[in-house]
Amino acid sequence: MSVIKLKPVLMLTVLVAAVIAQTANAKEAFPSTYKAIPSADILIQNATILTGTGARLEDTDILLKEGKIVAIGQDLTTDKATKIDAQGRWVTPGLIDVHSHLGVYASPGLTAHSDGNEMVAPSTPNVWAEHAIWPQDPGFSRALAGGVTSMQILPGSANLFGGRGVTVKNVYAISYQAMKFPAAPQGLKMACGENPKRVYGGKKQAPMTRMGNVAGYRQNWAQAQEYQQSLDEYAEQIEKGGEEAEKAKRPKRDLKLETLVGVLRGEIKVHMHCYRADEMLTILDLSKEFDYKISTFHHAVEAYKIADELAEAGVCGALWADWWGFKAEAYDGIQENIAMVDRPEGSCAIVHSDSSEGIQRLNQEAAKAMSRGNRAGMKIAPERAIQWLTSNPAKSLGIEDQTGSLVVGKMADVVIWNQNPFSVYAHAEQVFIDGALLYDRGNPALQPVSDFELGQLLGEKK
Amino acid sequence: MRNFLISLIFLTTLTATATLQAQDLLIKNARIHTLSSAGILEASDLLIRNGKLSKIGKQLQAGNDTRTIDAKGRNVTPGLFGGLSTIGLNEISLEDSTVDQSLDFKQMRPEFNVNYAYNPASSLIAINRIEGVLYVVLSPSTKGSIFEGQGSPVVLDGRSFPHGVNASFISLGSAGKGDSGGSRAAQYMLLEQAFSEVTSGGDQNGPFQLLTQARNNPYVFNVNRASDILRALEFIKANNLNGVISGAAEAWMVAAQLKSAGVPVIIDPLANLPASFDSLGSRLENAAILNAAGVAVIFSAGGAHNIRKIRQAAGNAVANGMPYAAAMAAITAVPAQVFAYAGGKLETGAVANLVIWDGDPLEVSSAADAVIIKGVITPMVSRQSLLRDRYLSPKGDMPRAYQKP
Repeated sequence: MSVIKLKPVLMLTVLVAAVIAQTANAKEAFPSTYKAIPSADILIQNATILTGTGARLEDTDILLKEGKIVAIGQDLTTDKATKIDAQGRWVTPGLIDVHSHLGVYASPGLTAHSDGNEMVAPSTPNVWAEHAIWPQDPGFSRALAGGVTSMQILPGSANLFGGRGVTVKNVYAISYQAMKFPAAPQGLKMACGENPKRVYGGKKQAPMTRMGNVAGYRQNWAQAQEYQQSLDEYAEQIEKGGEEAEKAKRPKRDLKLETLVGVLRGEIKVHMHCYRADEMLTILDLSKEFDYKISTFHHAVEAYKIADELAEAGVCGALWADWWGFKAEAYDGIQENIAMVDRPEGSCAIVHSDSSEGIQRLNQEAAKAMSRGNRAGMKIAPERAIQWLTSNPAKSLGIEDQTGSLVVGKMADVVIWNQNPFSVYAHAEQVFIDGALLYDRGNPALQPVSDFELGQLLGEKK
Repeated sequence: MRNFLISLIFLTTLTATATLQAQDLLIKNARIHTLSSAGILEASDLLIRNGKLSKIGKQLQAGNDTRTIDAKGRNVTPGLFGGLSTIGLNEISLEDSTVDQSLDFKQMRPEFNVNYAYNPASSLIAINRIEGVLYVVLSPSTKGSIFEGQGSPVVLDGRSFPHGVNASFISLGSAGKGDSGGSRAAQYMLLEQAFSEVTSGGDQNGPFQLLTQARNNPYVFNVNRASDILRALEFIKANNLNGVISGAAEAWMVAAQLKSAGVPVIIDPLANLPASFDSLGSRLENAAILNAAGVAVIFSAGGAHNIRKIRQAAGNAVANGMPYAAAMAAITAVPAQVFAYAGGKLETGAVANLVIWDGDPLEVSSAADAVIIKGVITPMVSRQSLLRDRYLSPKGDMPRAYQKP
């Protein structure tokens, strides 16, 4: 995409978005009602700080005020802030998981809670994960105890186009809207490889093969381009006003194609489940053919084979430290994957979970990846590796201007660890979201309990 | 680029042509986790002769031709237990042609023994062995039956077949409900019938005759809910079984009863979510509470491909209150005792299956530096290490297929 082309497209995007909003008689569907929880000013003192921007600051203070980071430096002073002595402790940005199914595959794993995969057709970009989130999932509290302050909740990977994902703040609320990260772009979950062809091929439907997968993507993108064109033409006619505007016929709303057009316009970020290197390269070509951007390949156990190509394309790799082998496309997984993806200039390596267990220990997953990289001759420091859990996922989700690093003006999403977080013995001791202390390992009053867990096993001391 | 493959400590003693034949080996200056009453021995030596630990002590001497390793104070542990596993039975989980741990007859065949399917050449074995995991107990499953089948301990040396006791596996609670007509109550109906037929010599052609195996072999009851664990303990006692409870998410709630029954538990110390209504009480302190109550604890996270993660599980148990020595025992000495395999301790006369670590063995950033099986230093090579080395090396004109590290 050339810069010259970008400007008019952007203007048109705004116009068309307005037209769609008007015609649909809705400004923003399911808007965020999230509000930061009121908090006192907090001054964390004498900490080892990993900023998430690649720096490590020793014996440094950080001041949180009205939900924002307002100062970082040595010997900060303030009159009224609550002071926390973090001598010997480490401070990082709140962790961000780009791949969670909390709420849509909640605990307990009841039949009634299985809400993550609309496995009725290979293309369901019209469904939104947020409409299936059960905000009482006990998994949110466990993730919080692991230092996770934001996450993207995605539909599953049965479909070529699985639906829209949503980024939330990790706060308990009655509704998901009250968790919804303000102004975060939505994601579109897509899937390569075995899952779609297994699910639909097994029913003698398309796609039965990887050929069918790609044919399915292309047909849908082609339709999306036509739909986009019809929307653009309609917007232009309205813009011209007068007789032409009166005669203009609004294209019929198509919820599937609206999502895909959102991607083509750069408003919705593509998060694609893709394991094999060859398939990722196919998808990179596909994105050029239809002129859209891929934010992140998820799982990508073979990303190490194409680390340079991913960095050059500006595509993130959201990866596990050591999962492999559960299916053929995961057979070549290696423990150095994350470190090798991180190695090229311009890379964007991410540690993700896809798991209600893994999301609790993203720091340990990163520690494994870091040490494997270092054993393989790399020199990955904690201040580098923390980016895999903070600023890189923020970039993947399009929220890097608001969170993911400890920078003045950003959201005060902060974790205080009892020690270097890259250890099996590390605990998140205090977790702040927008400046509010929402988890304290030493204070049961600041450990949330979901409605579901309240009153279970009465009589047992936990 | 490959210097990490052969750890520095061996450069003076190892050559590329090191053979796989057992010879005397002296490991000097090690921090030895004996898992015996001797505890951890600092700055001590191990002499290995004929595949066994012949001496442990300070300043051991050996002949000039004895190969010597200076461990430089590093940790040495017994080879680790990877849990109840399907390794060697499962190359790719979703490829039926490579999967043998599960029987789909939809009938009770308690004599189903997965040992016969074990493949010591599976790529998973070297992948996990070079991470210090040297033992598992093979774990079967049977659709349509609460009797899952049998399996034995196996040493992951890539040659040996399963041997020793056959453990029998039985699933109770919600996990076995589909196989007991929809009610967990019926599980006891089936169990009682099975064991009484066996004991009384009842129907000679009935399916339960096939349950027969040495009564003192382990019977592993997979069960999570506290009330179901108590019920299983009653059954174990009434039938005088060598019972083991696995899963055991709510075992901490009945720790005293487990202790008084003398029944060991197998748990995943990472389990802390109410994954089902059988495990509402899941918590990270399960291991610590059981251990404090005097219950023998073993760790297992199941699976096959990533059983190397067992160290991380044990480390998390320590982070959540279990004493370090107990967590180490839960992946070495305790499973060896419960499943009666040779290993799990470093004491005179024990088999020389051990691991030298580059740091704390329970720390996620540590790794195995050397894996020694029956006194032989095994190559630190796996399919994954070769893939890594192929793609770490610079691109050349020729395709990667010609790079064979």
